[in-house]
Amino acid sequence: MNGEKRVLIACGTSIATATVVAEKVKEIAKEAGISVRVAQCKAAEVRGRITTFNPHVIVATTPVPKDLGIPVFNGVPFLSGVGMDVLKAQILEALRKA
Amino acid sequence: MEATRKQTEVRRAWVREDLVIVPMRAESATDAIAQLGARLQAGGFVKDSWIQAAIEREKAFATGLPTPEIGVAIPHADVEHVLQQAIAVGVLEEPVEFGEMGSPDGTVPVRIVCALAVARSELLVKLLQQLVEMFQSPEVLKQIAEARSPASIVRIFDHHIQIEQEVEG
Repeated sequence: MNGEKRVLIACGTSIATATVVAEKVKEIAKEAGISVRVAQCKAAEVRGRITTFNPHVIVATTPVPKDLGIPVFNGVPFLSGVGMDVLKAQILEALRKA
Repeated sequence: MEATRKQTEVRRAWVREDLVIVPMRAESATDAIAQLGARLQAGGFVKDSWIQAAIEREKAFATGLPTPEIGVAIPHADVEHVLQQAIAVGVLEEPVEFGEMGSPDGTVPVRIVCALAVARSELLVKLLQQLVEMFQSPEVLKQIAEARSPASIVRIFDHHIQIEQEVEG
């Protein structure tokens, strides 16, 4: 099934870092020809959003639990620039497999 | 009366010379946040509650960014502690350890601390997008780290941050 892939972006309290990361994820997915739907939440809401949004991939700018059963990526390279190419490749690979 | 109070002007500058500490000496991330917060408070940009709120937020959600070569941190407090938009900038002679954003126990040696006072979350998003572009350039980070005067720091930020903001007059 190659339908739309759902990506959940989690950050601390404000929506700011999640929005910056969400824009980057949409951009790289579009370039790679992958259709994505992105939702944002606070770290504390991740478990709840897994039930309601059922994401294929989670990208977080704050620590989130590791035992979620869904690939979780640290999105900070989108902010720092360091390791961004590796992260892009990992996220795209996870989206393609999802 | 209401009409004149709500009159707005457009202000471009985010950093003012009185909001820059260069060179800065700090014992810890908390100390650096408190020093920059005091400048924001003195300038009337944040409420008295900002410093404590930013320190607590930093402990819960670290803002150190492992940027190329020169570490940056962007401590901030929630919008309700802010009166007017501004950025206070400190350039540390000796780095202090900030928690690393997104990592449960990693730390980043930080030399550039940008304390963000933003009163609206959508503005914080725009600001962050431009700051992130700035911080991804090793040359810009080097320029900031090597700046010797508040005026040169103001010039660098003015050049890279271009968001028009409405200020209640």
